[in-house]
Amino acid sequence: MSAVPEKRRIPDRLGTSFTRLFSSWEMLLLGVAIVIFIANSFASPYFLNVWNLSDATFNFTEKAMIAFAMALLIISGEIDLSVAAIIALASTAMGAAAQMGVGTPGLVAIGVSVGLLAGAFNGLLVAGLGLPSIVVTIGTMSLFRGISYIVLGDQAYGGYPESFAYFGQGYVFWVFSFEFVLFALCAVLFAVLLHATSFGRRVYAIGNNAFAARFSGIPVERVKFILFLLTGLMSGIAAVCLTSRLGSTRPSIAQGWELEIVTMVVLGGVSILGGSGTIGGVVIAAFVMGLVTFGLGLLNVPGIVMSIFIGLLLIVTISLPIIIRRLKSGKVA
Amino acid sequence: MNAAVQTPIQETARPVPLLEMRGISKSFPGVRALDQVDIALYPGTVTALIGENGAGKSTLVKILTGIYQPDEGEILVGGKPVAFVTAQDATNHGVTAIHQETVLFDELSVAENIYLGHAPKTKLGLVDWKALNARSLALLHSLETTVDVRAKLKELSIAQRHLVAIARALSVDARIVIMDEPTAALSRKEVDDLFQIIERLKSQGKAILFISHKFDEVYEIAQNYAVFRDGRAVGHGALKDTSQNEIVRLMVGRSVDQVFPKIDVTPGETALKVENYSHPTEFRGISFELRRGEILGLYGLVGAGRSEFCQSLFGVTRPSGGRLTLEGREITIRSPRDAIAHGVVYVPEERGRHGAVLQMPIFQNMSLPSLTRTSRAGFLRSAEEFALARRYAERFDLRAAALSVPVGTLSGGNQQKVVIGKWLATQPKVIILDEPTKGIDIGSKAAVHAFISELAAEGLSIIMVSSELPEIMGMSDRVLVMREGLSAGLFDRQSLDAETLVRAATGNA
Repeated sequence: MSAVPEKRRIPDRLGTSFTRLFSSWEMLLLGVAIVIFIANSFASPYFLNVWNLSDATFNFTEKAMIAFAMALLIISGEIDLSVAAIIALASTAMGAAAQMGVGTPGLVAIGVSVGLLAGAFNGLLVAGLGLPSIVVTIGTMSLFRGISYIVLGDQAYGGYPESFAYFGQGYVFWVFSFEFVLFALCAVLFAVLLHATSFGRRVYAIGNNAFAARFSGIPVERVKFILFLLTGLMSGIAAVCLTSRLGSTRPSIAQGWELEIVTMVVLGGVSILGGSGTIGGVVIAAFVMGLVTFGLGLLNVPGIVMSIFIGLLLIVTISLPIIIRRLKSGKVA
Repeated sequence: MNAAVQTPIQETARPVPLLEMRGISKSFPGVRALDQVDIALYPGTVTALIGENGAGKSTLVKILTGIYQPDEGEILVGGKPVAFVTAQDATNHGVTAIHQETVLFDELSVAENIYLGHAPKTKLGLVDWKALNARSLALLHSLETTVDVRAKLKELSIAQRHLVAIARALSVDARIVIMDEPTAALSRKEVDDLFQIIERLKSQGKAILFISHKFDEVYEIAQNYAVFRDGRAVGHGALKDTSQNEIVRLMVGRSVDQVFPKIDVTPGETALKVENYSHPTEFRGISFELRRGEILGLYGLVGAGRSEFCQSLFGVTRPSGGRLTLEGREITIRSPRDAIAHGVVYVPEERGRHGAVLQMPIFQNMSLPSLTRTSRAGFLRSAEEFALARRYAERFDLRAAALSVPVGTLSGGNQQKVVIGKWLATQPKVIILDEPTKGIDIGSKAAVHAFISELAAEGLSIIMVSSELPEIMGMSDRVLVMREGLSAGLFDRQSLDAETLVRAATGNA
């Protein structure tokens, strides 16, 4: 070695992006999706029909829209369990407005605004007062749906204007429903927001080390508030779609969705501890869950078995890489 | 002198080594961390492990404690080959370590931390709290400290945490104790206490591996030495048979100028004026003026409120009173964001917790406070980020396999380079360095000092917190001494002497 210290040239990246891509969680998940797709097409003759497949997308589009925002929230180290209750609240508000003769644009505005307000409420409690989000949103989950139950009791709102049906039942082009197009659009927007903007970078930094993020001048509270606002907004949009698709509002609307949404996010490779994950993973996870539900539906498997299957899928996909790593290191040692 | 006629002294009497490593190698992607390393630890002997950052010391410790598996080579305990597959294996063979940044649990009590994993049990198999607390108390008592064993760890100071870590290490019946920079956060008094403990361990026949960058400490406590450089063991033996210069030469592979490279700068106009800065609990009435190109040393004992004061200047905590004037204009700093916008930045003492996001790549850490400049309309531009990271990586001679590896995979010194680089990238006016060379070896230290000097010469105003007197005296234009949250004197470079500073810091008139 020479005595004069030379400047070393450090490469930007290590190894090819190709090998990294193929060892990623997203690739594993894509493999699972393809396997399920093939299995389904063998299991049922009705599966490989574009209109049936188009119908199947309704199984996940609304949930996935919320899951994108939830992914950002979980990456930042927080969680929102009140999303399904926000749907109920927003849907109830829209139903009440529809009774008073509010037109379609007004209904959409009301649904989206209620979502935003509910998100802002969560955000204030978590980011403003520094309360733990899991506790806050379990509380608001009961609160929001509780309001819906007080307003509706065992009644249901119906009587939505005819043009309102477009959001949940309309088609933009050929087999592509409005919801599916909206889902695809949201996927792109959220992927750009998380992966290509400085806001997304800050979300990762906060999730990995909130202290260091604060010490780096990141307004941690403001970012978290915006994330709750976004999640509320997406819940409001999902409420519009779901209400439009069902054509009626009951207080039990979207019951239990918060867990399916969190499952979708975690299945998509987002660490429940925060700090890592991609929107691409969540998109694939949405398809996996949609395909499984649809395939089992075609086989007339009851709903309860489906939820068992989704639960198993989550456990298997999470444990698989860990088991593989164990086996590998076991050979070495 | 003829070696054969040497009278056997206790230290050089060589029984079977308690622990021996032979031909240990370990590679990581892009880096050969250890290359055919041999080391032997003898009972009743302190062996100092010396080497620059990235020399492989931390990797060796991790192999010894069962966290990493070596690629090749063998470990012998008491002459018998063993395999440390898990951390538990290492503990079972009597190896215990006190780490640089010890893993303790904030929410558990002192006693629980000490006996975590091997708490005394009652007949029913439940934790025997009485015995737990009593034994912990006895252990801490033997270390001559008065920490409350029921207090939660998060209530303790850094120095107290270290004592808990030491007590934890001693709570298992360890025969081989690894101390990875145990004195880094300790005051002189606490270091003396620690050395008494080490002496006691020595007399009990334990083998101690002592990792430190401080030569005075190494000479005070160790009998043997082993020097690592670039993952290789380049020298070992008894300290009394060698000179400090020889060890430094082995360490860096070249001779190092140990004189502080302070460049004489005529300080310019006042950059930052701090008047009567106060905090509800931590400090009160701190006032000084900092000029362009000046290095202001901030000296005091651990717990004197120096870091708290600096964090308050940086907007992490709110002061209860006082005025700040930057370049003639009064400013208020309510958050780190405000501070950065005004050009005041802070390199924190705790790198892993506050300084860097260890899981994220080097280039993303470097650009984190400068994202508004490296992005356009909110969109990231990775070419800009890499360019920024490369600029500071090259300026600091950063050792890393690539700019996209996580900062957590780097050695302590290299992590510090990333953190300092990240702040320089914001083009600050005032930079606050909190223990900038803590846990950094001699070679890198000199580089950091040279760099600090250079920055001052370029007109940057610097506040440097340090607990090391030579550093404070060698680098500062003026020194502010703090004691128990109060200003205990401001000294000019001309009137600096060690005794005055220590007196001011300790309050011994």
